[in-house]
Amino acid sequence: MTSMPEMTAAEIASAVAGRRMSALDATEAALSRIKQHDGILNSFTDVTAERARAKARAIDADIAAGKEVGPLAGVPFAVKNLFDVAGLSTRAGSKINRDLAPAKRDATLIERMEAAGGVLVGALNMGEYAYDFTGENVHDGPSRNPHDTARMTGGSSGGSGSAVGGALVPIALGSDTNGSIRVPSSFCGIFGLKPTYGRLSRARSFPFVASLDHLGPFARSAADLALAYDAMQGPDAEDSACTTRGLEPTLPLIANPVSDLRIAIAGGYFQKNVFPEAVEAVSRVAKALGATKVVDVPEAARARAAAYVITTTEGASLHLDRLRKRPNDFDPAVRDRLIAGAMVPAPMVDRAQKFRRWYRAQLAEIFKTVDVLLAPATPCTAPKLGQVNFNLDGVELPVRANIGIHTQPISFIGLPVVAVPVPLEPLPIGVQIIAAPWREDIALRVAYALEKMGVATAPAPRGF
Amino acid sequence: MAEPLDDYIDAVSKALALPVEEAWRPAVRANLEVSLRLARLVDEFALPDETEPAPIFTA
Repeated sequence: MTSMPEMTAAEIASAVAGRRMSALDATEAALSRIKQHDGILNSFTDVTAERARAKARAIDADIAAGKEVGPLAGVPFAVKNLFDVAGLSTRAGSKINRDLAPAKRDATLIERMEAAGGVLVGALNMGEYAYDFTGENVHDGPSRNPHDTARMTGGSSGGSGSAVGGALVPIALGSDTNGSIRVPSSFCGIFGLKPTYGRLSRARSFPFVASLDHLGPFARSAADLALAYDAMQGPDAEDSACTTRGLEPTLPLIANPVSDLRIAIAGGYFQKNVFPEAVEAVSRVAKALGATKVVDVPEAARARAAAYVITTTEGASLHLDRLRKRPNDFDPAVRDRLIAGAMVPAPMVDRAQKFRRWYRAQLAEIFKTVDVLLAPATPCTAPKLGQVNFNLDGVELPVRANIGIHTQPISFIGLPVVAVPVPLEPLPIGVQIIAAPWREDIALRVAYALEKMGVATAPAPRGF
Repeated sequence: MAEPLDDYIDAVSKALALPVEEAWRPAVRANLEVSLRLARLVDEFALPDETEPAPIFTA
């Protein structure tokens, strides 16, 4: 049998359901790997070992009693620490939230993962209040890249990227407001799904920007991404933005051919401000898919600007009272961005929301003639921890402000995206597979095809 | 010499009862300059009067 760290979630679930491995053994293997390596990776902020063992024993008891178990039976998973975990204060990467009362109930997505047999093993490091693209955290220390621990994981779901990239767990959950699933996927060399806005419930997760917040899974294979995503779908009255659409399972469709899909490369803005490795990654993916058509996405730079404005102002509004009462307990960099956000004049925000409507209509036109757009997930591979600037074509640019330039114009209008890892040397980098609203199935299908062709793969961690 | 945005920062800080200590001011000002530059980029784009905002976005 393949050894635990190399097993996919689907393989673990199959082995557990088939009584070739117990859920408790799968759980202990993950806990042991976390204990062995997380001192370096710093991806976990809480390890819920006793809870995990209890859940695993219950699954094993069900199997012994001949009861049906779910498609994630015995699969260890972990969540960004902005998900409510019963018994833990939902810190959302902050110092301030540690004073909150422990959550009484798990987030909806944790409940759904566990209803399918998943075993929660802990909560993961993240950038403070998710206002971050680096994976650094002044309170908990940085999560570290599993391919080079002197480098960033990307953020804000940095611990999620590190834990899955480091093969501590096969699946993690994170959030993506402007790129916080796709950026760590890119830097850590794993698959990440940011579903359509409103697809997955955000109930009992700590918010950042209500009109841009999405939750989604990370995994080491496209099929595992689909497995977790399918388990979490479905309406939820406790998230007002959550769709009322029924379940639309993607796993049964994932191996369908992609030859009938109209796949294009996002041009213009998405081909600017990129390092050669990002160009190479998109080129490899496009070549494998036979995509040669380049489609210009109109006004993408303005879309990124509008996403920035909405983010900084809605974020400021969310934290206004904390900024008044406990300004010195914030990461100073986050505090100063939020204070500035509170000072943006209201008409500018309204205009950004109106522009959003216009931009959405432009993309809807594009998706009448293409099924998939390809774009870089990040302009570069993982920068060094603490790196402030990078040099692109002779121009010094700030790292933090430029990491998410290719993800922001996509999440701005809620399109579903799978970030696929292209295993370049010495570091991997992601490509965004972007589909029309509610067509996660198409993005996952393309990701699966790329994996089968060997073009997209999650490289084994070798940085620790 | 006072920076051009300093009076504005002082006024909004007062109106919102939002403290801005002197040590934070350069970073707040730098962030506000970026936010306003990006907001102007959006502002410059002419939209029909009938355009509805999309604050709760439906994909």
